[in-house]
Amino acid sequence: MIYDLLVAPFADFEFMRRALVGAIALAIAGAPLGVFLILRRMALSGDAMAHAILPGAAIGYLVAGLSAPAMTLGGLAAGVIVALGSGVVARATILREDASLAGLYLVSLALGVTLVSLRGSNIDLLHVLFGNVLALDDATLLLLASIATLTLLGLAVLFRPLVMETLDPAFTQATTRAGAFTQLAFLGLLVLNLVAGFQALGTLMSVGLMMLPALAARLWTQKLDAAIALAAAFGVASAYIGLVASYALSLPSGPSIVLAAGVVYFVSLVFGRAGGALRRLPKRRHLEA
Amino acid sequence: MFDRRGFLASGVSFVLSAGAAQAQNAKIPVVATFTILADLVRQVGGPRVDVVSLVGPNGDVHAYDPSPADSRKVAGAALIVENGLHLEGWISRLAKASGARARIVIASDGAALRKDMGNKEFAEHGGTDPHAWQNVANAKIYVANIRGGLIAVDPAGRNEYEARAKAYVEKLDALDAEARAAITKIPAERRRIVTTHDAFGYFGQAYGLTLAASAGVSTEGGISARDVAKIINQIKKDRFPAVFLENVSDPRLMDQIARETGAKIGGTLYSDSLSAPEGPAGTYIDMVRHNISELTKALAP
Repeated sequence: MIYDLLVAPFADFEFMRRALVGAIALAIAGAPLGVFLILRRMALSGDAMAHAILPGAAIGYLVAGLSAPAMTLGGLAAGVIVALGSGVVARATILREDASLAGLYLVSLALGVTLVSLRGSNIDLLHVLFGNVLALDDATLLLLASIATLTLLGLAVLFRPLVMETLDPAFTQATTRAGAFTQLAFLGLLVLNLVAGFQALGTLMSVGLMMLPALAARLWTQKLDAAIALAAAFGVASAYIGLVASYALSLPSGPSIVLAAGVVYFVSLVFGRAGGALRRLPKRRHLEA
Repeated sequence: MFDRRGFLASGVSFVLSAGAAQAQNAKIPVVATFTILADLVRQVGGPRVDVVSLVGPNGDVHAYDPSPADSRKVAGAALIVENGLHLEGWISRLAKASGARARIVIASDGAALRKDMGNKEFAEHGGTDPHAWQNVANAKIYVANIRGGLIAVDPAGRNEYEARAKAYVEKLDALDAEARAAITKIPAERRRIVTTHDAFGYFGQAYGLTLAASAGVSTEGGISARDVAKIINQIKKDRFPAVFLENVSDPRLMDQIARETGAKIGGTLYSDSLSAPEGPAGTYIDMVRHNISELTKALAP
């Protein structure tokens, strides 16, 4: 019974194994990115960047059809332009990073939609762009795994300057020249992961798998390394639970994975040991007394 | 009637950007919701009509977003041809919003309909499968409805429409016989296919093919792991010899299913949309022929 529910779907079906592997790769690479985004107060930027890459991917689709490389390259190009642009704007003007990103991603989105409709296609692009985690082929799995590897290696190299830049950007800027490079490299990795995510889950869903486990982890620990490990664990668990639920309850798979992450998040909101609601209540009473 | 025509003609010339030329040629502006209907109108109307299809070649009629240009076409039309059976829920809203005065023909009126309550997509629409044109016998009814609509808006063309419709129906009869003959040649136990969406129910019923759709839902919306598992089990258990892609659905999922079951991937079948005119399925008759030849190729032992 338990075996039938939890193991059999993966033992019996290759597509379930592929979905699990792909989602795990996304979750593990997304975890540190999500945690850093929260620390940098850019929790909403993931979503903004996802919108920014969508038109690039759409253009790739219009030029080359349903080809993973073309859509990846298009998305990557659009994402990098927006990420670099917002980084440059944030450094060169008084606008902060979130504000400059908001400006650029909105323009990118509108530009993409305009280009697509100039082409006069009747195909529902969103439908095409929402990848399906149940249909991961070898090329897409390889892409997901490579991007996850690159992300982890890149973040390992960048870890110290990134932490410094995140916690005290003014100090970093004053003392080293690594700040700008670190920030741009981080945004580059973010774009790469979103591009990987849209192949597997669709752009918007992949942001969910990046942010929700990171938010949940933040409610359990204050330590950065612990938060990253915990976020990865939450993400992997959400991927697994979401796929099992999709199989057992006949739910669409992408949303099902994100909803599983959502459940983890809500549970953490209440019970989280480092800032969850229950932990904060008695504290206040204690102060009043 | 004369006044009405005059009014329409002036309305058309006012609204259409190519209006002046239109009015001089005095072609009847007809809007069809998708390419298959547009082709049928073209066959019946011939040079007397000017047909546009709202959903273009290879477009998905289930997931369609009208543009202002479409609204203008609808407003300028003398006749709107839709399939009905809840296939194009958007057309009545579009017609209302654009202030169209056109006569509306529901092409599937009187066609032999197929109920399938087990299907999620159709259940929303009272359990009726809307893809009635996939049975060539139903296409003849479509043609009769279109002929009626054209005569009503252009009585002067009655003789021409009747003659063209008659000639076309003869072609359809030949096509129907051709389809039957082709399927009969396939061994009975191999007359089974899987497709990406449930559009071939009528075809299967008319010509004796057993079908399983991989999505089981319309082309919009996510598919659950359970659905995919069901299809894979079904293909393995019943030994379906081939799975088919359709021109409007996501091919990635079909590839995955084929990989996992070892079933052969057939060519692209055209269901809800014709190809571009120069493609393999530029007209309704070419589409049916193309589908038959792909099926025979994949199912031949």
